[in-house]
Amino acid sequence: MEHEIPESLALMLETVRRFVKQDLEPISKQVEDEDRIPDNIVQTMRDLGLFGLSIPEQYGGLGIGVLGECMVYEELSRANACFRTRIGTNNGIGSQGIVIDGTEEQKGHYLPRLASGEWIGVFALTEPEAGSDAANIQTTAEKRGDFWMLNGRKHFITNGDIADLATVFAVTNKTEKAKGGITAFLVEKTFPGFYVGAIERKMGMRGSHTCELLFDDCQVPAENVIGGLSMVGKGFKTAMKVLDKGRLTMGASALGSAQRLLELSLDYARQRVQFGRPIGEFQAIQFMLADMATQIYAGRRMLYHAATLRDRKGTAVVKEASMVKLFCTEMANRIADMAVQIHGGMGYMKDFPVERFYRDLRLTRIYEGTSEIQRLVIARELLKGK
Amino acid sequence: MKIIVCLKQVPDTETQIKIAPGGEKIVTDDIKWVMNPYDEFGVEEALRLKEKFGGDVTVIGMGPKRVTESIRTALAMGADKGILISDAALEGSDSLGTAKALAAVIKGLQFDIIFTGQRGIDEDQGLTGACIADLLGIPQVSLAVKLEVAADGKSVKVNRPVEGQTLVVEAQLPVLITTQKGLNEPRYASLPGIMKAKKKPLEEKALKDLGLDPAEVGLGGRKLKIIKITPPPARAEGKIVQGETPQDKATELARLLHEEAKLI
Ligand SMILES: Cc1cc2nc3c(=O)[nH]c(=O)nc-3n(C[C@H](O)[C@H](O)[C@H](O)COP(=O)(O)OP(=O)(O)OC[C@H]3O[C@@H](n4cnc5c(N)ncnc54)[C@H](O)[C@@H]3O)c2cc1C
Repeated sequence: MEHEIPESLALMLETVRRFVKQDLEPISKQVEDEDRIPDNIVQTMRDLGLFGLSIPEQYGGLGIGVLGECMVYEELSRANACFRTRIGTNNGIGSQGIVIDGTEEQKGHYLPRLASGEWIGVFALTEPEAGSDAANIQTTAEKRGDFWMLNGRKHFITNGDIADLATVFAVTNKTEKAKGGITAFLVEKTFPGFYVGAIERKMGMRGSHTCELLFDDCQVPAENVIGGLSMVGKGFKTAMKVLDKGRLTMGASALGSAQRLLELSLDYARQRVQFGRPIGEFQAIQFMLADMATQIYAGRRMLYHAATLRDRKGTAVVKEASMVKLFCTEMANRIADMAVQIHGGMGYMKDFPVERFYRDLRLTRIYEGTSEIQRLVIARELLKGK
Repeated sequence: MKIIVCLKQVPDTETQIKIAPGGEKIVTDDIKWVMNPYDEFGVEEALRLKEKFGGDVTVIGMGPKRVTESIRTALAMGADKGILISDAALEGSDSLGTAKALAAVIKGLQFDIIFTGQRGIDEDQGLTGACIADLLGIPQVSLAVKLEVAADGKSVKVNRPVEGQTLVVEAQLPVLITTQKGLNEPRYASLPGIMKAKKKPLEEKALKDLGLDPAEVGLGGRKLKIIKITPPPARAEGKIVQGETPQDKATELARLLHEEAKLI
């Protein structure tokens, strides 16, 4: 199965490549040092349409499909992972609940704002007691007249500090839990009782913030259940569908960074001279380069295959998506390790981008489902006979 | 305001250029083609004028089918209409032949301003703009780094650099202006713009639509013949200045700069 790149997607990738080269790569280090993306860059991202890649055209987005989205992420992830993360929640976990399960009104009201980047959408599932075991969330929602009252605490929420709209998962029936007791809500930052908590201090991913979201008798209008009142209790399924799609784009991001690390390593291997020869002439270094390229090739074929499959079928490709996330993120981490090794002491220094990629890529094996959870999903599908 | 931008597709500056056997052509197989950077300034300026005065922007490109991609890029930036002149009989045209084909199409259109790049970055001849203006019998102002169209839309003032000074030229419309680096910062073709460009009109014209004598264009019509293309000479190996002390090294360096490099 080959993936043909339509002319319009080829032109889009050309624009993104230029943007990465002209505007993003030169400021990647600055963003790392200042821990923020300059406003003018965010504005250019809006002008370029990057916040609406996955949102259907009739709601103001581009609807370029999963393969297209993955290819854009690959390019963006060559610079600094935080740029992809900035647009990532609007295109992914922060909007897909609405795209997949939202009502027509919810789509018409929220999606155009997310597609333009005027609003930032986030996804709030994880809690201190509920990480991999996401069904164990403690946040509750109680119906009181025309409102739901949300109470609880979410943590590790990407873009939480700049969120305008959060997809929040809360328990509406304590006995049922994942089987019919969890509901997805659309919570705007202006709703009374919504608070942004502490911003976490992280190993990497500087320029992108992750924080707590607190709900203290937070009033959410009755109709703000994703998919409407008939979807009360069906939120866990929504969460799983959203995460399934994110697994492919996460694979793509890891892959884009891995590709850049290979290119940096090749350059360095040609230039760095020890024992009177470029280190690229030593077989030990050559083997690392060969392994890097081989694994990237495998990861890319896998990603494009699964993304094309998903675009054609129009439905989840659960097993393949988990395989892509597992393989590409683990592989990119191995490559980051080899890239540091090839760069020697220079690979450990902040003056060079390699150590930043090493730290940033470490996250990809943890969020949106750890590698262990991906293996559980794959095995479960296999045993089901899929 | 009716604005026309002529656009050429050229090899990307990052492409490794190889000379084909025979030495008269380059190998085009693995080349990445892009819009001539000077033409991008023209597209950007045209869009700015349209934003200010209203009207529309038509881009015209000549060459093989792949040139459509550059025309689409201009449409994605915001131009309204594209025309591709494509015909095997036009291949190999020199600047004058190209100008004849472009002028033949432009004659059938309404226009106030025509932009061309001051030169194509491939053959660096810088002739096409002047030839088109001459064929159309309109003034040409070259190497624009700034331009200001009068509020009544009847004339334009153009700044062009001359040896560190600035020459300000005024011309009545219609006019042909060739663009120089510094005129503006071309915008990106945005992703939504690329989606919209798919629906914008792109017309294709062949030699028979131009009313030109085939003998005037293409390889046969060339007034200029390329005899030989040679690569730049390989760079000589660098020299490491030897010396015991910094003073010795500086003295040696000064001597080399004076005697060998003849720079001081
Ligand atoms: C920077 C960052 C951003 C994030 N952004 C978001 C966000 O926007 N929204 C959101 O909702 N969440 C977000 N998260 C949360 C993220 O999805 C979770 O951290 C992740 O799912 C793991 O949960 P945990 O941290 O509680 O680890 P735990 O679940 O406690 O896992 C600890 C270890 O145990 C393993 N483990 C757990 N269960 C099993 C099992 N059954 N079998 C085998 N091994 C198991 C895990 O794989 C892991 O190795 C983010 C996290 C980080 C670090």
